[in-house]
Amino acid sequence: MTSPLISVQDLTLRFKTDEGLVTAVEDVSFDIAAGEVLGLVGESGSGKSVTAKSLMVLNPENSVYDPKSRITLNVDDKSVDVLSLVNPKDRMIVRGGAISMIFQEPMASFAPAITIGDQMVEQLLIHSEMNKARAKEISIEMLTRVGIPDPGQRFGQYAFEFSGGMRQRAMIAMALSTKPRLLIADEPTTALDVTIQAQVIDLMKDLVDEFHMAILFITHDLGVIAQTADRVAVMYLGKLIEKGSVRQVLRNPGHPYTQGLLHALPRLDELDTPLTPVKGDIPSPLDRPSGCVFNTRCPVSLGAECESRVPVYTTTDDGQQIACLLAEKQGAPA
Amino acid sequence: MSENLISTTDLSVHFPLRGKLFGPPPVVRAVENVSVHITKGSFYGLVGESGSGKTTFGRALLRAVPISHGSAIYADGEVTYDLSSLKGDELKEYRTRAQLIFQDPYAALSPRMTVRDIIAEPLEVMGLTNSRDETDERVREIAAQCRINLEHLRRFPHAFSGGQRQRISIARALVSQPHFIVADESVAALDVSIQADVLNLLKSIQQAMGLTFLFISHDLSVVAHTCDHVAVMYLGRLVETAPTRDLFAGPRHPYTKALLSAIPSLDPDHRGKAEKLEGEIPSPTNPPPGCKFQTRCRFAIDICRREEPKLDHLGLEHDVACHRWEELTDEPEASDADPA
Repeated sequence: MTSPLISVQDLTLRFKTDEGLVTAVEDVSFDIAAGEVLGLVGESGSGKSVTAKSLMVLNPENSVYDPKSRITLNVDDKSVDVLSLVNPKDRMIVRGGAISMIFQEPMASFAPAITIGDQMVEQLLIHSEMNKARAKEISIEMLTRVGIPDPGQRFGQYAFEFSGGMRQRAMIAMALSTKPRLLIADEPTTALDVTIQAQVIDLMKDLVDEFHMAILFITHDLGVIAQTADRVAVMYLGKLIEKGSVRQVLRNPGHPYTQGLLHALPRLDELDTPLTPVKGDIPSPLDRPSGCVFNTRCPVSLGAECESRVPVYTTTDDGQQIACLLAEKQGAPA
Repeated sequence: MSENLISTTDLSVHFPLRGKLFGPPPVVRAVENVSVHITKGSFYGLVGESGSGKTTFGRALLRAVPISHGSAIYADGEVTYDLSSLKGDELKEYRTRAQLIFQDPYAALSPRMTVRDIIAEPLEVMGLTNSRDETDERVREIAAQCRINLEHLRRFPHAFSGGQRQRISIARALVSQPHFIVADESVAALDVSIQADVLNLLKSIQQAMGLTFLFISHDLSVVAHTCDHVAVMYLGRLVETAPTRDLFAGPRHPYTKALLSAIPSLDPDHRGKAEKLEGEIPSPTNPPPGCKFQTRCRFAIDICRREEPKLDHLGLEHDVACHRWEELTDEPEASDADPA
């Protein structure tokens, strides 16, 4: 087996705040192979965005990576230790070089006073050897590719002249123009209407096939995950609590939290089933529960044991991994 | 139970744009000729994409925006108001009967007021109670109903999570004992595991207090689970309205069908089989002629580009505004959107 495109091991990240060190991500490990779509699911505060930003070393100044954290990027037969990159020039490979990112709010991600075209050209000039004319050509080509009508004219317009769906398409065009190996998509469709979301998802699927790149797809929407991802990782309060193939996790969720999420979701094919909320509220990151982070809301908690012991991963026969003491005892998904 | 709490006839809300030098000033027709009947005690869903006019319609029913044309009658058995001409003391009185729950529980609560003061404010502003003790009692009563820990009443909103804050917003809306509640995207900002809890709370309060809800949402799955009647809006027009089950089992308007099939399925093996809608919702300042949906409708023919369709009655409270719904009903692919 060849080494994965990117490998994250024991990623642990804390933020220095006035209230002390706050753990945002703890012992998170996953791999993404070339051409693979990994869905990262979790609710607000679960640490999914922080995890993604770590891949580009984009977290703010007050973040502290635990020394055991490792992120390895394997491109062109080279291995790059991402977290050891210090100066901006070295970091370019993970910031637009081999890794690109698209964000949730496309209005906030474009500079308002620079034309879309100039922003696209600028990054091409930074990340490649091409001249300005060629960069413009490629940018217009990419705008065409993502389905923006009249790309020549759109190239000279500003972000406010684009509609929400168009902006997200332009964002995708910009992220892909440098031909990244990994695209990080942080809730790329959340701000869009459902009909536009369907268009953007289709576009992203086509582009994965065409460019054979990997995607880290971050979302809170399990439906979007089911439609896009090959594998899924579920996060809760900074911990990766379950991962596996999208079929395994959605059809046969092993962790009580994943099960709870699926039960809480209103489904069109089960209108008669009452919605079952996950009891209680998500604890504050300042006040993380000891032991299993989910024990305060878990319907099948074993009590004292869950409150004191951090569960290790139980791996099922088909490779689904579950961080739950109950699964540990039973050896398979409940 | 078939008494209508709200009945609108051709209700329109127009916003004037900055005038040109010559000619009449242009207007945005945010809501145009919408006629609905909301029965007493119902949970009435209103869906549509951004720019469809659903929020403006909800606000018009609360008289938070003026009604430009048409009428809206509110009748709860005690009073009857014509909302388009309501003013003065009557309007003030109406405000105790109709309330709004906002979308964002982080923006809707003043950070400088305690939870008790936030919930008590409507009572004090409307002068509904005579003494502080009475106010306190009402606040405690409603807080308990909304499952707010009574010890939390002295705290400030920053100490609470999204779900708890939304419960506080709900308590504030309910404290004046209204009959009619407009819930505008009230669960959209909440996480899935919390959303179900708030939906269940709204549902149980509605049943316990006999309230009538106008539930505005872009999320069809949420609407399918909570509402008993649904209206679909597109570019300020009502395109289809039906009892929830009828709408989801047999959508008639091409837009409703497209909306339903655009919902990402939870089944990984059911990928990309749905009918995709091209393009985006046109700008309300410059709507297309004829049917407003014709620019994105793959069934559009000549008449759709010329004439705006009227609401047709299919019977059983199911109305649709489409020139071709009858012939399209026979198309077998129409069942594509039906997950059952």
